[in-house]
Amino acid sequence: MSNRQDKRTELTLHAVAGNGLLDRRLFLKSGLGLGAAAMLTPVIKESKAASESAAIDATDIDLASPPWMHTPGEGFSTYGSPSEYESDVVRFPSPNRAVPGNGVSWTPLHLLEGTITPNGLHFERHHNGVPHINPLQHRLLIHGLVKNPSFFKVDDLLRYPMTSRICFVECGGNSNAGWNKAPIRSEAGYFHGLVSCSEWTGIPLTVLLEEVVPTNKAKWLIAEGADAFAMNISIPLEKATAEGMLALYQNGERIRPENGYPLRLILPGLEGVMNVKWLRRLKLTEVPIMARNETSRYTELLPDGKARMFTLDIEAKSLITSPSANMLLRQPGLYQITGLAWSGRGRITQVAVSADGGKSWADAELQEPVLSKAFTRFRIPWVWDGKRAILKSRATDETGYVQPERRQLVTERGRHGFFHYNAIVSWQVDELGAVSHVYDDEETTTDSPGTIDIDTGWD
Amino acid sequence: MMKKRRLIVLVLSISILAGTRLALTDTPAGPGLGKPAGEAEITQWDIGIMPDGEGLPPGKGTATEGQAIYEKSCVSCHGPQGLGDSADQLAGAKMGLASEYPEKTIGSYWPYATTLFDMIRRSMPMTAPGTLSNNEVYAVTAYLLFLNGIIEETKVIDAGNLAKIEMPNRNGFINIYELEKNK
Repeated sequence: MSNRQDKRTELTLHAVAGNGLLDRRLFLKSGLGLGAAAMLTPVIKESKAASESAAIDATDIDLASPPWMHTPGEGFSTYGSPSEYESDVVRFPSPNRAVPGNGVSWTPLHLLEGTITPNGLHFERHHNGVPHINPLQHRLLIHGLVKNPSFFKVDDLLRYPMTSRICFVECGGNSNAGWNKAPIRSEAGYFHGLVSCSEWTGIPLTVLLEEVVPTNKAKWLIAEGADAFAMNISIPLEKATAEGMLALYQNGERIRPENGYPLRLILPGLEGVMNVKWLRRLKLTEVPIMARNETSRYTELLPDGKARMFTLDIEAKSLITSPSANMLLRQPGLYQITGLAWSGRGRITQVAVSADGGKSWADAELQEPVLSKAFTRFRIPWVWDGKRAILKSRATDETGYVQPERRQLVTERGRHGFFHYNAIVSWQVDELGAVSHVYDDEETTTDSPGTIDIDTGWD
Repeated sequence: MMKKRRLIVLVLSISILAGTRLALTDTPAGPGLGKPAGEAEITQWDIGIMPDGEGLPPGKGTATEGQAIYEKSCVSCHGPQGLGDSADQLAGAKMGLASEYPEKTIGSYWPYATTLFDMIRRSMPMTAPGTLSNNEVYAVTAYLLFLNGIIEETKVIDAGNLAKIEMPNRNGFINIYELEKNK
């Protein structure tokens, strides 16, 4: 006990903000020469019972000479899968109760590390299921205000010059449970995981548009998918051509059916619904089509009854993924706080972390490379003293935009905007080490935690 | 090097001739593998309805006709009289948009009547999208407009008058994209 306390005292010499936040460089190789004092305490991500039974399993075998060292292992596989011991690391589907193909599935951000989302865990948003498309039977039509309206075969598109781009895609409705009066109890990814980050490879939109030759009148691009919803949406031409691509590959392999096979739009930084999957048609027009998903939905009602429309950019956002809701800190000690930050307007320039509910902040280390419109992983060491603590992260992007506190966002936008919720997220660590989602004290309500008081359904 | 420069000059001159506004400096020339699309094919493919009514097909329908279709194909998700169930509430808003619990319906929220035709024809009903005839889509559109008190029950809706219908919340939106662009 006293030994542990000594270590904690030694660590506090490196304090950079209140309630135990330490210098972000503590874990770096060049380090601060702490040696044994900097022993990390693991955060328990699954239930306590599960971790205890895992400990029992370990005693069943001779760890010094485990059985798998004395029998040949399994043979080769044509396509690998995760370990059976990682079967909890899955998407969380949340379908409409009457139409199972309408809804979302959430990326388990709280169970992942790094910045690239595995393809099988990329979030999904479908309006009426995943179409089964044979690429030989699929065409892309580009028409409207162009000189050469044209059809493109998938095989032919695969012969075009391509570029790669690492970027996130985030659904405009991500994190929308944050609009509820009471904090939702889900794990971080099942509340904020309608965002994922991949390396996308495809044809710059400008290449194809050059071939069809837009007229001077063309100002918008109306994109349409080949799904059962024939999902359509308007994109300002200048936004689409700035960085947009017709993506065919995701993380090195062809895009999976649920992510738009055989081809989709990738528009870095713009809200997910515009990155149309299963793309079959691009029409150049002078004005937007005023589709259902840019009028009735994906618009944000304000307290005065007016609504924000064409809110295309994803604003800067961050959250701590560990420790986060429903995890457990078993004992006081040194922990690594880690999370993700991203902005649709460019690079993340700073992530500040607070361990005292926002009274004091310290800069987290940003994992290189920090890429524009991509996930940025941040980390900072923290000594938990065993008392109640509130952890927060706050992102700033290269435009100077700072992620708002929930109080500020709700004051500006009310609680019925449904989309574009990007407020600072607060995790409370209680005296027992249990982590839960909380709002700042001044925002508490009589609703018990987890109460859903606004419509957050998927239609 | 020389080859690349020649390519850029070529692309630039093509674009100047074409009068496009696209940024071209980094755009490599594509191999030009598209096949020309004829007008008839484009008409078959283009199912979009623009807010000025462009794209609306021949056909017509009334609310009375639409009610029968609604009760067969729509009611199980959207509820009787469009009051909502597993899918969006479409009509009957009692709470205003600025109230504590606002109700966003076609009548209280949707800015364009053409959006109804565009969406119903392409996406509805969810169990068999794209199966309603144009007359049926006009009729269901008329029924939903009638439920929201926007047209009379007997009014015939067609390509000539749908885009002219003034939606109550037509001016209820702030175009954030334009606002930020003109900043």
